[in-house]
Amino acid sequence: MERIYLAIVLCPLFAALVAGLFGRQIGRAGAHTVTILGVGASFGLSLLVLKDQWLEGAAAFNGTVYTWAVVDGVTMNVGFLVDRLTALMMVVVTSVSLMVHVYTIGYMHDDPGYQRFFSYISLFTFAMLTLVMANNFLQLFFGWEAVGLVSYLLIGFWYTRPTAIVANLKAFLVNRVGDFGFLLGIALILMATGSLDYATVFARAPEMSTQTIELWSGAPWSVMTVACLLLFVGAMGKSAQMPLHVWLPDSMEGPTPISALIHAATMVTAGVFMVARMSPLFEYSETALSVVLVIGATTALFTGFLGVVQNDIKRVVAYSTLSQLGYMTAALGASAYAVGVFHLMTHAFFKALLFLAAGSVIVAMHHEQDIRKMGGLRKYLPITWLTCLIGTLSLIGFPGFSGFFSKDALIEAVGHADRAGATYAWWCLLIGVFVTALYSFRMYFLVFHGPERLDAETKAHLHESPWVITLPLVLLAIPSAIVGWPTIAPVVFGDYFGSAIMVLERNDVLGELAGEFHGPWAYILHAFSAPIPYLALAGALTAWYLYLRNPGLAETVRLRFRWLHTLLMNKYYFDDFNDKVLARGSRGLGNLFWQLGDVLVIDGGLVNGSARLVGWAAQVSRQLQSGYLYHYAFAMIIGLAVMVGWLLLGA
Amino acid sequence: MASALSTDLLTAWPEIILAVGLCLVLVVDIFLKDSYRDVTYLLSIFLLAGIAWSLLGAGAGGETTLAFGGSYISDPLSRVLKLFAVAAVATVFLYSRPYLRARGLHLGEFYVLGLFALLGILVLASSYSLLVSYLGLELLSLSLYAMVAFNRDSPLAAEAAMKYFVLGAIASGTLLYGMSLVYGVTGSLNIGDLQATIGTAQASSLSLWVGLAFLVAGIAFKFGAVPFHMWAPDVYQGAPTAVTLFVGTAPKLGALALAIRILVEGLPALGDLWQVMLAALAVLSLVLGNVAAIAQANLKRMLAYSTIAHVGFILLGFVAGTPEGIQAALFYTLVYVIMASGSFGFLVLLSSRGEEVETLEDIKGLWQRSPWFALMMVLLMISMIGVPPLAGFYAKWWILSALLETNHVGLAVAALVASVIGAYYYLRVIKMMLFDDGGQAHAGGVPLDVRVVLSVNVLLLLLIGLLPDRLLELCARAAALI
Repeated sequence: MERIYLAIVLCPLFAALVAGLFGRQIGRAGAHTVTILGVGASFGLSLLVLKDQWLEGAAAFNGTVYTWAVVDGVTMNVGFLVDRLTALMMVVVTSVSLMVHVYTIGYMHDDPGYQRFFSYISLFTFAMLTLVMANNFLQLFFGWEAVGLVSYLLIGFWYTRPTAIVANLKAFLVNRVGDFGFLLGIALILMATGSLDYATVFARAPEMSTQTIELWSGAPWSVMTVACLLLFVGAMGKSAQMPLHVWLPDSMEGPTPISALIHAATMVTAGVFMVARMSPLFEYSETALSVVLVIGATTALFTGFLGVVQNDIKRVVAYSTLSQLGYMTAALGASAYAVGVFHLMTHAFFKALLFLAAGSVIVAMHHEQDIRKMGGLRKYLPITWLTCLIGTLSLIGFPGFSGFFSKDALIEAVGHADRAGATYAWWCLLIGVFVTALYSFRMYFLVFHGPERLDAETKAHLHESPWVITLPLVLLAIPSAIVGWPTIAPVVFGDYFGSAIMVLERNDVLGELAGEFHGPWAYILHAFSAPIPYLALAGALTAWYLYLRNPGLAETVRLRFRWLHTLLMNKYYFDDFNDKVLARGSRGLGNLFWQLGDVLVIDGGLVNGSARLVGWAAQVSRQLQSGYLYHYAFAMIIGLAVMVGWLLLGA
Repeated sequence: MASALSTDLLTAWPEIILAVGLCLVLVVDIFLKDSYRDVTYLLSIFLLAGIAWSLLGAGAGGETTLAFGGSYISDPLSRVLKLFAVAAVATVFLYSRPYLRARGLHLGEFYVLGLFALLGILVLASSYSLLVSYLGLELLSLSLYAMVAFNRDSPLAAEAAMKYFVLGAIASGTLLYGMSLVYGVTGSLNIGDLQATIGTAQASSLSLWVGLAFLVAGIAFKFGAVPFHMWAPDVYQGAPTAVTLFVGTAPKLGALALAIRILVEGLPALGDLWQVMLAALAVLSLVLGNVAAIAQANLKRMLAYSTIAHVGFILLGFVAGTPEGIQAALFYTLVYVIMASGSFGFLVLLSSRGEEVETLEDIKGLWQRSPWFALMMVLLMISMIGVPPLAGFYAKWWILSALLETNHVGLAVAALVASVIGAYYYLRVIKMMLFDDGGQAHAGGVPLDVRVVLSVNVLLLLLIGLLPDRLLELCARAAALI
C-alpha cells in the first residue's frame, strides 16, 4: 500500500511538471491528456485506498517515507498518515479535481495559457493531497502553503487584468495573517511536546492540556487553548471565516474551474479538515471550541445575507461557499467533527457542481456574469439547468438530497451542544437555512426562469455547452443528489472515522443523536417535525415571490430598507476598514520605519556604510596582490615570522 | 618475509598500478601521431577506472593496514581520499579534451603529468611518515608546476609557473626544515611513533615548537591559506583553464591528507598550539578571500579567492579539533572538490570551442543562450554560498556545529559574517547570467560527453544536499579511526 500512497501523491506532481515544463512541446492535447491521466490515476488509487480502509477495515497507516533533517532532536519527516478521514478526503479531492480537469478542456478552450492552467491545477492536486495525507505538522504546513501558492497563482491567472492582480494580492496578504497564527500554533505545539509528529503530539495532548503559559506576566493561559486558537487562526484564513473572509469573494477573478476546485470544494475546506484532524487537541480546550463555534455560526449567517444582494453569478456562489464553510466550522465547534467533515464532502460535490454550472452559463453567455442580464435560460441550456437545480436543492437542504442529510444533522448536532455560544450558534444556523434558500433560488430564478433579459447578440449564439463541460456537471450531479443516502449512517452516526477523530465522552453530541437515527427514510420523516425544511421552503417561496412572481416588490423592499441594502452592498464595510485602517495604518508605520530605520540607519549606515568598507577593503587587498614575486615571498616570510614569534614569546 | 613483502605490495597496490600504468601511457604516447592522441586519453581513463575499481574492491571492511615498516598506511581515510582524487582527476580529463584540442594543446604531457600528480596525491593520502609525505608532496608539486607552464607560448602561463615554482620551493624548504626539527627533537619520522612518543617534556620543547610553525606554514601554502596564498590568484588566472581546473580540485585532497596526517595524527600533543595558528590563518583566509573576490572581474581569479575563503572554512574544522571537526573538514573538502570541478568545468566547457571565457562580462545573459548550463552555474553558486538543499549548505553547517560544540562562538560568527560578504560575488554571477545582456559565451557545439559530465557533476551536489547521510557516514568512519 505504501507505494500506492506515494503514487497517489506523485502522479499529479509528475503531470504538473510535464505540462508545465514541456507544455510547448506536448501541445494542448498533450497537456490535458497527461494531467487527466495523472489525476485519474490518483483518483482510481484513492478509491482503492477507501475500499481498503472502509470496506476491508485495514488499520490506519502511519509511516515515514523520507527523513529530511534531524535538528536538535526534532525530526523533520515526509510521511503519510492514511486513515479513514484521509481516505475520504483523498477521494473527494481527486474526484472533484478529475471532474474539473475534464471541464477545463471546454472552459479554457481558447485561452493562450491552456498548458499553464493544467499544470497549475495538477500541482494543486499534488499540494492538497500532501496536505491531507501528512502525518506531521511540517508537511501539513508545506501542503498548506503550497495550496496557498497555487491559489495565488490561479486567482491571478489572467495576470493582465488589474482586478485579478489585486485579488490575488489580497488573498495572499489575508492568508499571511492566518498562516502567521498557524505557524505560531505549530511552534507552540513543538515547544510544548518537542515533536512535530501527529501521533506523538496527540499522545501527549492530555498532559499538554494541564500546562500553562504566560503570554504576558501575570496571566497564565492554558497551552492547549492558546495552541488551538492559533491553529484556528490559520484555519480562519484558509477557510475564509470572519473576519478573514474578505479574500474569497474577490478570488472569483480567477477562471471558474478553479473557483470550483480550490475556492469551493477543496482548498478552502483545508481549515475544516485541519481542525477535524486536530480533534485530539481541540477536545481538550472548551474555550477554543467555543470560539470556533461562534465564529463559524457568525460566518454562516452574515455572509449568507451578503449573497442575497450580489448580482454577479459567481459571487453569489462564492458567498454561499463562505456561508457553508461557516456551517462546517460551527459543527467542529460543537465537537461534531464527523458531521463537519460529512458536510465538507457533500458540499464539495454540490458546490463544485454549482460553480461549474455557473461556468457553463458564463461560457454560453460569452463571459457575461451579471444575473440581471440573464433569465429564461432554461430552454437554451437544458442540461445545465437540470444539474444546477439539483445542486441548488442539495444546497438548501431539500429533503432527500445529499445536502439535506449533512445540513440537518449538522444543525441538530449544534442544537444538542451545551457549550458557551451554542444557543446563539443554533439560531444563526437556523436563520441561515432560510437565507440560503433565499439567495440560492434568487439566483436560480433570475438565471433560468422569468423574462429573457439578454441582448440579441448573445441570444443568437446561445446554445448548450460542449460535452466536456456537461459531462462533469452530470457526474457531479449524481453524488450531489444521492451520496448522502449510503454515507450518513456510517459517517455521521456510525463508527466510520473510528480513531481518526477523537471526541471526549462529555462532548459527544453525535453519540447522543445516534440513538434516534433509524435509517435515511426515517431521518427524512423525522426532519419534518423540526423547522428546518419549512425554513428552506419559506426561503425558496420568498425568492419565487420576490423575483419571479412580483419583481416590483423586491425593488420596493430594497428602497424601503436602503440602509440595510447599502450595508450589505458594502459587505459590512470590512473591506473599507481593512483598506482605510489596517492597510493605511501599516503603510504609515512602514513609511516611518522605512524613513527612520531603513533609509537612515540601515541603508545609510549599515548597508552602504559596510558596503563601502568592504569595497574599500577589496580595493586594498587587490593592491596587495602586486604581481611581484618578492612581495609574495615576503608575505610568506612575515606570516612564518609572526607564527614563530608568537610561539616563542606569546604561548 | 615473503608474506610481509606481499602485505606491503598489497597495501600500496593502487599506487603500484598507477605507477606502472602511467609509464605505459608515457611510452605509448611517444609512438602516437598527434591525430591519435585520443588513445592516450582513453588509456588514462581506463587506468583511472582500474584504480578506482581496485580501491573499491580493497578494504571495504574499514580495516587499517600498516606497511613498509610502519611508514605507509591504508585506512578508511586514505581510501576515501584516493577514491575522490581518482574521480576528480578523471573528471578533469573528461572536461578538458575539447578545450585542449581547440588550442592545439591536446598533448600526452597533460595526461602523463596529471597522472604523476595523482600518484603524488595517493602517496600523500597513504603516507604515515614525514618523509613519505614529503615525497608525495614533491611529486604532486613538481607535476603541477610543469602543468601550469604547459602552454609554453603563453607568457602569462610562464609567469604563473615561475611564481608558483619559486614560492613552492620556499614552502617545500619550510616544510622540510620543520620536519628536520621535529626529527631532531623526537628522533623519529614515523607518524605513529610521533603520536606515541611526544610526551609532556618534549611537548614544551622550543625547537619542536619552531618546527611546528614551519610545518604549519608549509601545509598552509599547499592549501593556499592567507598569508601563504599569494600564488593562487596568479596561477589560477595564468594557467590554461583546464590546468586551473586540475590545480583547483584534486591537490586540495592531498593538502588535507598532509594536514591530517602530520598535525592531527602526528602532533596531537601540540594541538593547543596548531589550533590557534590555524584559527588565525582561517580567519585571515575567510576575510581576505571573500573581500578580495568582490573586486575581481576575472572569473578564474574570483574563484581563486573563493577557494581561499573555502580553505578558511576547512581549517576551522581543524580548529575545532574534535573527530566531528575533522569529519566536517573532510566532508567540506570533498564537497568543495565537487563544487570546484563543477565551476571550473563550467568555464572549460564554455571555452571548449576556442575562445577564452573567463570574465564576468563573457557570461552576461548566458541564460538566454544556454539556459541549462546557466542553471547549472546557478546551482553551483548557491551551493558555494551554502544555501540548502545543496551540498554546500551541509558542508558549512557541520563545520559551524563542530565549532559551536567546542565553544568557538567567535570564530563561528566570523565565518558566518565572511560568508555573508562572500554571498555577494556569487550572487553577482547569478545576476549577470540571468538578468544582464551583452555577453558572448554560449554552450553551442560542446560535445555531449562534456555536457553530461557537467550536469552529473552539478546534480551530484543536489543529491548530496538532499541525502547527505551517506557521504557524512563515510567521512565519520574515516575520521573516527584517526
